[in-house]
Amino acid sequence: MALSMLAQESGSVTSEQIEHLHRRFKQLSQDQLTIRKENFDSIPDLEFNPIRGKIVHAFFDKRNLRQESDGLAEEINFEDFLTIMSYFRPIEMNMDEEQLDRFRKEKLKFLFHMYDSDHDGKITLQEYRNVVEELLSGNPHLEKESARSIADGAMMEAASICVGQMGPDQVYEGITFEDFLKMWQGIDIETKMHVRFLNVDTIAHCY
Amino acid sequence: MRPVSGVALLLGLMALPAALGQRSSESHKNSNESFAIVSFKWDHVKEPYIIALWILVASLAKIVFHLSHKVTRVVPESALLIVLGLFLGGIVWAADHLASFSLTPTVFFFYLLPPIVLDAGYFMPNRLFFGNLGSILLYAVIGTVWNAATTGLSLYGVYLTGIMGELHSGLLDFLLFGSLIAAVDPVAVLAVFEEVHVNEVLFIIVFGESLLNDAVTVVLYNVFDSFVAIGETNVTGIECLKGIVSFFVVSLGGTLVGIIFAFLLSLVSRFTKHVRIIEPGFVFIISYLSYLTAEMLSLSAILAITFCGICCQKYVKANISEQSSTTVRYTMKMLASGAETIIFMFLGISAVDPEIWTWNTAFILLTLVFISVYRVIGVVIQTWILNRYRTVQLEIIDQVVMSYGGLRGAVAFALVALLDGNKVKDRKLFVSTTIIVVFFTVIFQGLTIKPLVQWLKVKKTEHREPKLNEKLHGRAFDHILSAIEDISGQIGHHYLRDKWSNFDRKYLRKILMRRSAQKSRDQILNVFHELNLKDAISYVAEGERRGSLAFIRSPSTDNMVNVDFSTPLPSAVESSVSYLLREKAGPVCLDMQALEQRRKSIRDTEDTLAHHTLQQYLYKPRQERNSSVIPNGNIPPENPVQDFALKEKDLEFSESEENNDYETLHLGKGVDFLANVTKQNFTDAPAGDMDHDVEMTEYSSSDDQLNQNGSVSVNPLHFFPSCLQMPWTQNYSSLENRGNISLSAVSEYIASCDPNVPDLFWESGTDMKNKETVNSGYCSEVSFKSENSQEENTLLMFEGLEDSYMKEPQEKKMLLDIEGNYRSAAARRVQSRRSFHRPKPLHHPKLQKLASLPASCHVPPHSLEQEETQL
Repeated sequence: MALSMLAQESGSVTSEQIEHLHRRFKQLSQDQLTIRKENFDSIPDLEFNPIRGKIVHAFFDKRNLRQESDGLAEEINFEDFLTIMSYFRPIEMNMDEEQLDRFRKEKLKFLFHMYDSDHDGKITLQEYRNVVEELLSGNPHLEKESARSIADGAMMEAASICVGQMGPDQVYEGITFEDFLKMWQGIDIETKMHVRFLNVDTIAHCY
Repeated sequence: MRPVSGVALLLGLMALPAALGQRSSESHKNSNESFAIVSFKWDHVKEPYIIALWILVASLAKIVFHLSHKVTRVVPESALLIVLGLFLGGIVWAADHLASFSLTPTVFFFYLLPPIVLDAGYFMPNRLFFGNLGSILLYAVIGTVWNAATTGLSLYGVYLTGIMGELHSGLLDFLLFGSLIAAVDPVAVLAVFEEVHVNEVLFIIVFGESLLNDAVTVVLYNVFDSFVAIGETNVTGIECLKGIVSFFVVSLGGTLVGIIFAFLLSLVSRFTKHVRIIEPGFVFIISYLSYLTAEMLSLSAILAITFCGICCQKYVKANISEQSSTTVRYTMKMLASGAETIIFMFLGISAVDPEIWTWNTAFILLTLVFISVYRVIGVVIQTWILNRYRTVQLEIIDQVVMSYGGLRGAVAFALVALLDGNKVKDRKLFVSTTIIVVFFTVIFQGLTIKPLVQWLKVKKTEHREPKLNEKLHGRAFDHILSAIEDISGQIGHHYLRDKWSNFDRKYLRKILMRRSAQKSRDQILNVFHELNLKDAISYVAEGERRGSLAFIRSPSTDNMVNVDFSTPLPSAVESSVSYLLREKAGPVCLDMQALEQRRKSIRDTEDTLAHHTLQQYLYKPRQERNSSVIPNGNIPPENPVQDFALKEKDLEFSESEENNDYETLHLGKGVDFLANVTKQNFTDAPAGDMDHDVEMTEYSSSDDQLNQNGSVSVNPLHFFPSCLQMPWTQNYSSLENRGNISLSAVSEYIASCDPNVPDLFWESGTDMKNKETVNSGYCSEVSFKSENSQEENTLLMFEGLEDSYMKEPQEKKMLLDIEGNYRSAAARRVQSRRSFHRPKPLHHPKLQKLASLPASCHVPPHSLEQEETQL
């Protein structure tokens, strides 16, 4: 089974972490081998998360699962579950520049996929608006109108950051991944996007 | 040297009170006999007068220091102030051999320390602080205990060897001294680190430690003080246990007092809507009360006021008005900075008093050595422990800075000054040693820490402009991370924060925030608001730079500046940003309430609106073009206002001018006409129609004349396509070229010619009668023009027309142009919009057409550029 296999591969250094995740996985899947979207509904704390749809979606996004194909998976197994979790592993002390860069890009890619809901490699204005609306939906007083103009403003900003000189009839179609990288310049995402308990070398070694 | 000249000045200042004193006593004698019209009452005002003078001296000294950048870049201000204090103290002492001024513990703890700590708490970056709270607490509690114990014990150990000679102190005295010298001082740390700009994590750890270790210091100090009082033999295990219990009581109690007062303060600020003027006062008074209350209950006062600031900041900032918030900010900074200045200066002055000095080389040197060495050891050990749990590791460089940044300061001095000479026999020695230690750390370490930081290449903070995207992603991040923790079923940092913010939103905000504030207080919205304001300000500034003051200074309200008629939220129009801005530039108004009333609306509607306004005029007109609301349909309301200012210019005069005087060229009677048109649009007065027709004819004739007579090389039709492409050019051209007459003529022309367009252009709710008259007027005029125009110009125009229509499907997309080279992002944003009709970049075919835009001013492009550089 996945667990024993992973434990073997990782040299069982911190198999307890994986074990924990596996227990959790089983709990979520109700002892099945795979998890479906509905299983996530059983997590009560997730209920209040304004972008829970997007997050759950990301678990089933094949782009995140490092399968070459595109589209949405119906169900994911434990290995996939670990793959998603590994996006949130913290930075390691002994990483060199190149690894760090790849590490960073991986994390950003995950985020990018979350925004780019139609899988066309661009975050269009509409997509951005959706995300912002969802993000701000936690505040019941905020109108959709404000969310929209915030998204518009953010898009303007993105365009002004990412595209240099532009002709008057040129049109900014959306944020590509390259632009996305540009926008994140100077923010050390690698130190921010991590979840503490996933301090697991094993996940990294698995792949 | 600069400080010397400052000293000379100060000398004069100090001689003044003395002279006044003499004179006042003389005059007093005389005045006994008869009624004196004028009398000197020096004794009457003496104390406050001297205090005020000292504050003035310290402030003036600050000015003098900053006259020379060379000095302040190398030497920290705190060190300069101490040296200045030494100088002044020396002078005073030399004058009358009396050390009358010194930093007394009462003044320090009651008046000078609270503002500094409140400032620190109120502007504490909460997220960063709580994110590193674990590390900070470890350093503050364990670190301070470690420092106190090791320093005290080591000194005692050395004392036993006999190097220090004969002292009257026992182990407890040494420990007492160790406890007061152990604590890192918030004032000194703040003063030095603010100038060094190390990265924020490092800063918050050192600074947080210095704030929170107060509880430890106070407890240790009190415990040992009382132990010394009851005598060594009477100290039992129970007493020690009491000491430990008292630590928890003092620290947690202080924190609790702070939180309670923060709650009170937030609650009060919720209801200050009608007493805006004293609103900022509450912040200071209630925080100060928290300090005093904690002091009264012998809890940690510093902790109380720190947590009062930390907890209330969010709610208070949301509740109080923008003006009050600014007042609070500046007053707090002023008080804190002033207090800091006085503290350091008086530290210097206090040192000049032979009464307090006792020299014991071994003791002083060893103290210096021990506090440095144990600080390093303590930091290394604690960091080693912490790094096992921290995800952002503290590296060796950080540890060096942390060890080196352990500055001692006025707190230690005030505590040592509090010692009772009868109980602590070696008080003098302790005082002198403390002064030496403070001076050494502040001056020597303060001087060297900057080069050290540079040499070690410590990561520094760079000031970043707030970015909307960054905030949005940050928000998404929080949610994602807490979701991942939820999914994996562990309780971590993000989980707790998520739960806290849920609790905050559900309960705390409802109690502590105004309803309007609940609505608008979203961090993202705030950033949005700020950016919008910035945009608008730089927009106005840009306009002003080009000499169109009229843009902000319209005297009457019916010509409201920048009111967008086509806006979907007409009710909130008053709160548009430019309205606000104009308000500031308006006549002096002393009545705050009157000012307030002009701006009642809710912030986020205002944001949306402001953004809409900006968008329609600055950002991306194309997006709006197909919708029923078309900004183009209206003459932008700025124009008339601005044109009013110029209408006195003589038409004939301008015609005879050179080309680059385009400003005045076509602003003759036509301006009057335009102004009237808009006025009527605004007021919708039916009576206006008559005047209108008259003005109309006047205008067209004058304009025709202008086109015929003017020495104009470019035909006005040139610019038609470009302005169609970019409706917002109207707005800019009003600022830049004042070409609005021709521009509006274009829209009118199109409206009359193209059967499809009128629907689009006339739906914006203007007076139909006016339009029709305008229409006919322009039609005749335009047709006249087109007869005269060259064939290619016409072609160009239709090309442009086609172009612009083809683009309509892309309405949702954005169009941007970046000019770069602008300092702030906001300026760049404005600039990027602006650069569309700048004649500069000619390489692009479309731009070439654009380049001909200034044809509206009947001027070749290059003269426009000249204009710009001149300004």
